[in-house]
Amino acid sequence: MPNDVKTGSLAPDKKLKWVGTRPLRPDGVDKVTGRAKFGADFSLPGMLIGKVLRSPHPHARIKSIDTSKAEVLPGVKAVVTRDDFHDMESEFVPAGEMLVNYRDMVRNVMAREKVLYDGHAVAAVAATSNAVAKRALKLIEVDYEPLPHVIDVLEAMEPDAPLLHEDMITAGVEPAPDKPSNVAKVVEFAIGDVEAGFAQAEVIVERTFQTKPVHQAYIEPHACVASVSEDGQAELWCTTQGHYVVRGHCARLLGMDVSKIRVTASEIGGGFGGKTVVYLEPLALALSAKACRPVKMVMSRDEVFRASGPTSGAHMRIKVGATKDGRITAAEADLKYQAGAFQGSPVQPGAMCAFAPYDLENVKVVGYDVVTNRPKVAAYRAPGAPISEYAVECVIDELARKLGLDPIDFRLANAAKEGTRAAYGPKFGPIGLVETLQEAKAHPHYTAPLGPDQGRGVASGFWFNIGGETCAALNINEDGTAALMIGTPDIGGSRASLCMMAAEELGIDLDRIRPIIADTSSLGYTFLTGGSRVTFASGMATIDAAQDAVRQLCERAAKIWEIPSDAVEWEDGYAKPAGANAGDFEPMSLAEVAKVAGKTGGPIVGHAQINAQGAGPSFGTHIVDVEVDRETGRVTVVRYTVVQDAGKAVHPAYVEGQYQGGAVQGIGWALNEEYIYGEDGRLENPGFLDYRIPVASDVPMIDTVIVEVPNPRHPYGVRGVGETPIVPPMAAITNALADALGIRFTELPMSPPKVLEAIGEAAAGG
Amino acid sequence: MRYEAPETLDAAVALLAGADGETRLLAGGTDLLVQLRAEMIEPALVVDVKRIPELCAIAAEDGGFRIGAAVTGAELGEHAALKAAWPGVVEAAELIGSTQIQGRATLGGNLCNASPAADSVPALIAAGATASIAGPHGRRQAPVEEIVTGPGETSLAKGEIVVSFLLPARPPHSSDAYLRFIPRTEMDIAVVGVGISLTLDESGTCGAARVVLGAVAERVLLVPEAAEALIGTAVDEAALARLGEAASAACRPIDDKRGTKEYRIKVAAVLARRAAQIALERARRN
Ligand SMILES: Cc1cc2nc3c(=O)[nH]c(=O)nc-3n(C[C@H](O)[C@H](O)[C@H](O)COP(=O)(O)OP(=O)(O)OC[C@H]3O[C@@H](n4cnc5c(N)ncnc54)[C@H](O)[C@@H]3O)c2cc1C
Repeated sequence: MPNDVKTGSLAPDKKLKWVGTRPLRPDGVDKVTGRAKFGADFSLPGMLIGKVLRSPHPHARIKSIDTSKAEVLPGVKAVVTRDDFHDMESEFVPAGEMLVNYRDMVRNVMAREKVLYDGHAVAAVAATSNAVAKRALKLIEVDYEPLPHVIDVLEAMEPDAPLLHEDMITAGVEPAPDKPSNVAKVVEFAIGDVEAGFAQAEVIVERTFQTKPVHQAYIEPHACVASVSEDGQAELWCTTQGHYVVRGHCARLLGMDVSKIRVTASEIGGGFGGKTVVYLEPLALALSAKACRPVKMVMSRDEVFRASGPTSGAHMRIKVGATKDGRITAAEADLKYQAGAFQGSPVQPGAMCAFAPYDLENVKVVGYDVVTNRPKVAAYRAPGAPISEYAVECVIDELARKLGLDPIDFRLANAAKEGTRAAYGPKFGPIGLVETLQEAKAHPHYTAPLGPDQGRGVASGFWFNIGGETCAALNINEDGTAALMIGTPDIGGSRASLCMMAAEELGIDLDRIRPIIADTSSLGYTFLTGGSRVTFASGMATIDAAQDAVRQLCERAAKIWEIPSDAVEWEDGYAKPAGANAGDFEPMSLAEVAKVAGKTGGPIVGHAQINAQGAGPSFGTHIVDVEVDRETGRVTVVRYTVVQDAGKAVHPAYVEGQYQGGAVQGIGWALNEEYIYGEDGRLENPGFLDYRIPVASDVPMIDTVIVEVPNPRHPYGVRGVGETPIVPPMAAITNALADALGIRFTELPMSPPKVLEAIGEAAAGG
Repeated sequence: MRYEAPETLDAAVALLAGADGETRLLAGGTDLLVQLRAEMIEPALVVDVKRIPELCAIAAEDGGFRIGAAVTGAELGEHAALKAAWPGVVEAAELIGSTQIQGRATLGGNLCNASPAADSVPALIAAGATASIAGPHGRRQAPVEEIVTGPGETSLAKGEIVVSFLLPARPPHSSDAYLRFIPRTEMDIAVVGVGISLTLDESGTCGAARVVLGAVAERVLLVPEAAEALIGTAVDEAALARLGEAASAACRPIDDKRGTKEYRIKVAAVLARRAAQIALERARRN
């Protein structure tokens, strides 16, 4: 079996029946039969179709918008523009792993003074059919004054660059600049004294790197149906990673009471962070409120690429110094991330993560958040980290080779451990980086022979993971089955994992528990599916809710037996008299207690409402072999192994799925994915033909090794696992190419033309 | 938009000839439906040709094969005799899209969509295929290289339909091959494509060859200079090097999102050499 599970020393000694097994997921049959309802699958009687008019310009002032012709077209029931949205105060609020600003958000969902990127929404219509809606869009007259635009991050930082926001003064610099620029913010994290550190170094590597924006490339486009009644009550069905967050954003943008919006999350066909923000939802609600009819909106793939996601492209400088015996003495990074049209790139987490895998005394990281005429970036799997850690892990590899050290040994010599203080502040608790490095080194892959034109690379990666506000409810049914209500949309198999934890606590069979993702009016506020938090945080809430139900079950048994409730124990699905009363009564099963609940106090429901704390960071180490076609520049990934710490793999198959999926997305990022803009500032590849994510035949079977160093803050030791796997691939592949060709690539993607050119230059002695 | 699915060629030609406005044929629809949905075209009439028997058959003829223009890639791949005689044509057709696309995509659609990167076209031209065309003024035959004139442009007159392709009989020691370069392994569009057909004499010397390049100009190019590099040689290293040079020299590509000029020119030489070697190996076995 290629996929092993390695258990760490802290594993709970409790014998587990469900946690750690691989049952089929409860949502599986619906998904493979096509029964599952995704965003575009909802329909309502009388429903209208909504469509968005989008800017053809990368940057232009909107002089006027005339919708009068569209409004009188038969079949058009509503038209909305900037005039239908109130302006908002500038205010940053946390949303997932990113911050949002409502002043920017209202402008991103509907352009106000200016359009800031090709694809920026300028108007929306709702009509009785798709064809009428499309015709109506053509009748809307927008008078634009085109302005010079800027796409590249370094060009955007030039003093004479076209300004996206005439009032943007760089935050985080003292004294504040007196002129506006495209640099929204500068962040800095430092410990020790880097100059002194570099003075001690015997070998220093310094390089600059560039990455391109890449899209989350979820297969399901954004889609929703909104229905607002005459009295202002709204229902919204949408594909999202967090329906409570959608509700909150829509309430703010539309000036509605939160209680008047009920949001139901559909099944979700991928999100990867890109479905943590709103695009269509406020427009659909505004159109529906105007038309008093339900409105359905679905993005085309072209719209998804032009107007949603992606993550930042960046320009970075990394410098790391070490002594000859392999101890890093100083590390420095400048990170310039482009944010798209509005500030809020993930440069801050990128800066925090850059050197997080290492135990360093002298570190300085400076990050710049830069606006450009591209779609506003959204979170993408470990937002910011894959970019900065890519650059750092390439430099670490080069340094190891210069020192004549094995790259894994070099990492081990500098690896962060329990007690290491990270450059961004906190001290790590128990973490598994060392274990992943040791497992990688011991893995047969690491020493397998390589063929001609092949090379091997390794890289490590880190992501924080988060907890946060979470509710769960567990209804004990009259026949002894249970319904689990959770508020985090299931993207990676979480319904299965959460039910497994509930089954473990209740001591009943897994198939007796049926999960649902509750709508926003049925369960308390629950933060979104992101930050690798669901198995951890919704898991904790589920366990709490199950323990609450168990407490009630014990009380009911105590009542029946007429003994104190603390004299009843719960064991393997049975209430048992304990202590002085042990053996006095026949144990009662959950089903038996549930059956008579009506006579012992009414329904039994376990509840939990928590703010989950203590998320454990996850580290991973990847090994990859590539083969290069020296005549065409094509790079083929021939073998790939992911080693990562899961804390505890509740459902190992779905943990492996996360590892494999992250590696595959990373392979795309490394080799082919990029946004291509023309001179005119328009996106030239808004589709999967020319935006090349890997297809199945592009990647080998990704091997996985699950390391388990338990997170002491979770009852089963769970850490998040969803994001870390996308961090190491870009550097691992770059390092493998260096091994194969002796060429250090410093730009992503390493597409065939670039690889061939570099091979040509190297042959010419360049 | 009107949709018709006639059962005879005459009816189809009459529909097209009598139509006002833009018309399109629907074979597999794998180009047409994409273009309709993207609103790139708004035809007044769409004529489905899949019910016309002549367009849907593969038959032996004069020692060669006649292939209906609406035969799918999957059907070509299942035809053992055709595959043995023209492995390059079949492998080119089978490269189109994925399993799902293969069930629909046709040679007629691939040709008449008139993309310079169409995969089966270099292989058909290298094979010396002739198109049989029906129109309001009767039938005509034309070499495949004369059909496409530029991106999205063909020499077909109003009302004309490509009915079938004739692949000629094969002399002994003949074979063909098609190779394309794409950044992925599937579901992509050729950055460069090369089709080569050649015939060896008893001594193993190349007596006849056709070399065709795709995706390196505004249309697919038949390159006689590249064929001449092979003819009269044993297709040895020196001949292959000259073939590569001639292929590169014939390219007149553009820089675009799918590849730079320099890249296409370099890779054309590489693929030409590799395709010639494959065709050579196959011809030696025949
Ligand atoms: C996912 C996907 C992947 C693809 N991959 C590839 C690929 O790898 N390589 C490649 O070359 N192409 C590829 N294509 C494009 C397309 O599949 C091919 O060009 C295919 O051969 C078109 O054939 P069709 O029968 O579907 O044509 P249709 O879409 O039915 O027709 C295409 C055009 O040809 C005209 N036409 C069709 N038949 C005739 C006829 N008999 N006479 C005159 N005119 C006619 C039609 O009017 C229309 O304009 C891909 C398409 C998709 C959607």
